[in-house]
Amino acid sequence: MERHNGTVTGFRGRLFRDDAVVLRVQKLGESDRIITLLTRRHGRIRAVARGVRRTTSRFGGRLEPFGHVDVQFAEGRGSLHSISQVEGIALFGGGLMGDYPRYTAASAIAETAERLSPEEQEPSLRLFQLTLGALKALAAREHEAALVLDAYLLRAMAYAGWAPALRECAVCATPGPHRGFSVPAGGSVCSDCRPPGAANPGPPTLALMCALSEGDWTVADSSPVAVRREASGLVAAHLQWHLERALRSLPLVDRSRPAEPVVQTER
Amino acid sequence: MYEGAIQDLIDELGRLPGVGPKSAQRIAFHVLAADPTDVKRLAAALHRVKDLVRFCTTCFNVAESEQCRICRDPRRHDEAICVVEEPKDVVAIEKTGEFRGRYHVLGGAINPLEGVGPDNLKIRELMARLSSGEVKELILATDPNTEGEATATYLALLVKPMGLRVTRLASGLPVGGDLEYADEVTLGRAFEGRRVL
Ligand SMILES: [Zn+2]
Ligand SMILES: [Zn+2]
Repeated sequence: MERHNGTVTGFRGRLFRDDAVVLRVQKLGESDRIITLLTRRHGRIRAVARGVRRTTSRFGGRLEPFGHVDVQFAEGRGSLHSISQVEGIALFGGGLMGDYPRYTAASAIAETAERLSPEEQEPSLRLFQLTLGALKALAAREHEAALVLDAYLLRAMAYAGWAPALRECAVCATPGPHRGFSVPAGGSVCSDCRPPGAANPGPPTLALMCALSEGDWTVADSSPVAVRREASGLVAAHLQWHLERALRSLPLVDRSRPAEPVVQTER
Repeated sequence: MYEGAIQDLIDELGRLPGVGPKSAQRIAFHVLAADPTDVKRLAAALHRVKDLVRFCTTCFNVAESEQCRICRDPRRHDEAICVVEEPKDVVAIEKTGEFRGRYHVLGGAINPLEGVGPDNLKIRELMARLSSGEVKELILATDPNTEGEATATYLALLVKPMGLRVTRLASGLPVGGDLEYADEVTLGRAFEGRRVL
């Protein structure tokens, strides 16, 4: 097969290096992949990894989704760069793919990160740190996958500037907690401001959402399942309201309890 | 840009996987210069593949009748089903000569980022095949990458209560690759070293 001859001849792109989280991998041609990465200093980047699907590829499994990697890019002519070298820093994907709820939660985190970095190469250090931290927390298995995901979504929404109001009325800012919650109004609503159709989540649900957005894991880890489900529903509804297209991965997140490890080696 | 028919052909070729604009142009001009009987044979092959080839109603491999060649073969046993993502993976495993059971082609791997969940794959159909009780072993031969592993994890959990022996292709296949690129020796060794899930 003929590969990158002709158009690239004589052009040698500038090399640059950054650490990054792998958000998405897509097949390209016979054996290449387009890798979408969220980098620490260069924002979101799409780059070609040539030959990565061949079992002899020097990239090996280092460019699999959800890994934290150190990458050397060769600048392309357009927006598409190519990856010339990669070292693994922490390949979270390896631990996540053996745990289905964690794998689906990681997918939703990656898709959200991609959506919240609409411009390529616009640095977003906070989003990078948030995303890296969430994947690290998922891999560490200290908290339920769905809780890590919801904490990430709440903080990512705060980063984007549309976190739901939780402690005060979204309309008049009267301190709460309030009984009503309206996604179109922007979160908690007092009895004077509540629009028709507002939900009435239980007070523990709002308390859990506060705990998740503030990183209070003691409260979050001890919350009952029904409260977690209700909070997840409100977080998802709030997120979808603000994104112009629905996230594809969110309905596929497996929120069932994590299973015992099932892999055993024969003999 | 060219005019009319030649540009139409370049555009159509350019939509094929792995064919860039340069290659599309090269193939188009090759077709233009080729012997008319060769070109007619190519066109006929394209028509035939859409008219004749369908998916096996049992395993979803490509087939030229109700069932594929492998499902129809009475010399193969029904005690093991090997689950793969694509028909091309069946071909790859057949080349090893290691496996004499049946296959099940999922039609891809679970990939939430691309909107592909369990319901988009032939998983319900697999469960129906397993419910007969004839199958003793389920071999999970999805691609050795994150999506393939996650799909195997999902299937192992789903099937575990049925009391089957569930195995996964293991050593020899580097994470991150496509199954079709494994050489026969590597793939054969992976078959020997499969593990219970
Ligand atoms: Zn109010
Ligand atoms: Zn068949």
